[in-house]
Amino acid sequence: MTQLSFSGYAPRTWTIGDLVHYLRQMVEADFRLQDLWVKGEVSNLSRPGSGHLYFTLKDADASLRCVMWRSDAARQRYLPRDGETIEAHGHLGVYESAGQVQLYADTLRPTGEGELFQAFLRLKARLEAQGLFDPARKRPLPEWPLRIGIATSPAAAALRDVIHVLRRRFPLAEIILAPTPVQGPEAPAGIVTAVRALNRHALPDVILLVRGGGSLEDLAGFNSEEVALAIAASEAPVVSGIGHETDFTIADFVADVRAPTPSVAAELITPDRLELAEAVSGARVRSQRLFEQSLQARRDALREARLELAAGAPRARMANARQRVDEMQLRALRGSRSQLALRAASVSGLAQTLRAVGPPAVLARGYAVVQQAASGAIVRSAAQVRPGESLDIRVHDGTFPATAGAPKKG
Amino acid sequence: MPKAKAKPPEELTFEQALEELQQVVAGLESGELALEDSLKLFERGQGLADRCSQLLEQAELRLRQLVPDERGGYREEDLEVEE
Repeated sequence: MTQLSFSGYAPRTWTIGDLVHYLRQMVEADFRLQDLWVKGEVSNLSRPGSGHLYFTLKDADASLRCVMWRSDAARQRYLPRDGETIEAHGHLGVYESAGQVQLYADTLRPTGEGELFQAFLRLKARLEAQGLFDPARKRPLPEWPLRIGIATSPAAAALRDVIHVLRRRFPLAEIILAPTPVQGPEAPAGIVTAVRALNRHALPDVILLVRGGGSLEDLAGFNSEEVALAIAASEAPVVSGIGHETDFTIADFVADVRAPTPSVAAELITPDRLELAEAVSGARVRSQRLFEQSLQARRDALREARLELAAGAPRARMANARQRVDEMQLRALRGSRSQLALRAASVSGLAQTLRAVGPPAVLARGYAVVQQAASGAIVRSAAQVRPGESLDIRVHDGTFPATAGAPKKG
Repeated sequence: MPKAKAKPPEELTFEQALEELQQVVAGLESGELALEDSLKLFERGQGLADRCSQLLEQAELRLRQLVPDERGGYREEDLEVEE
């Protein structure tokens, strides 16, 4: 009875489970707590084997437990360390077994990046309105980039990545580095100077603007208006390869081609040495085969002509063959253009054969013609000649007399 | 196509040699050539292919950098990069 008040209200006795669960429902029902950014200093950061990230955000007055699941942690471009002031995005919940309110974070960024990002969006909108990102402005890349300008820091890993790729793919090229800082306050002016110097003094076929990954602040130099304008004004096409795949900078939007990383930028602009070598050896083999085919066609024609010639007596066939040559020449003339050369070649092969079997050529090879001096008749048989008879012997360059001896058995 | 003014392959860039090599193959493919011409073309093609292979095998990426000079311009110098 003592618990009754005059108002008639008696507080209920909760179980812990019910109470904490109720608290959780209250928190989750408040939409303002389900999509929020919170700023604070990181402490007690730990990442056990599970891969989840646990930390506390605190300021002078209070602290808040935070957890980031492994899948979200893996997506972060930026992971904080103890003592850093950051902004975390996520939703509030209650971890019931500990009765603890905590932030389930899905995105982390260094303090100040929020404003930086807003400035980035404003500049992007302004340049876009000026038409700087217009696809019609984008220039095609050269097929053979023999002079490749590179604007980056000589110390950057990005430079070594690019050189590595170019050595492997297209060592025919020459690269010209225009050194520039790629982060910090001097970066924008340095990049502008580098792009201009390359255009004026190196006359490159293409310019690579590259830098390794970093925070939005690290990449700020590539998000400046002056860099955007310098890229737009470049005579040589500009290929950007800045940061990682997920990083987009103003320079990327203005560039003629945006590559996700420096290495990919180097790949995009060059033909591959192996493909080139294949093209060369393919052409070599093909021209060899084509030439051999045309030789074979001519050999076939010649062999055919020889067979026909051998079928008859040379002398009797000679006239026929000559006539045939004439006929073939006529036919060759009448024939289609593509057949013409082939036929002419077989004709000239035929003529060659004819010369080879004609009398002068036969004599030149060492044969002789023997005639009886008295009658001038050609000696075709040993029986024709009597011992002591005068003969004339004709070789290719003249005739000399001879006297027959006793006949021998053939 | 073989021309009287054709340069010796050693004087051609890779790009020029490859392009002419492709023309040589197209010429041989047409099948309209006299034996002597196709022999010439074939030999030219082999020379061009040799030139291309040689350039590819011997090519070494050249590394240069722009260095400001005294007159406010730039000069090119060799670039040393530690791998």
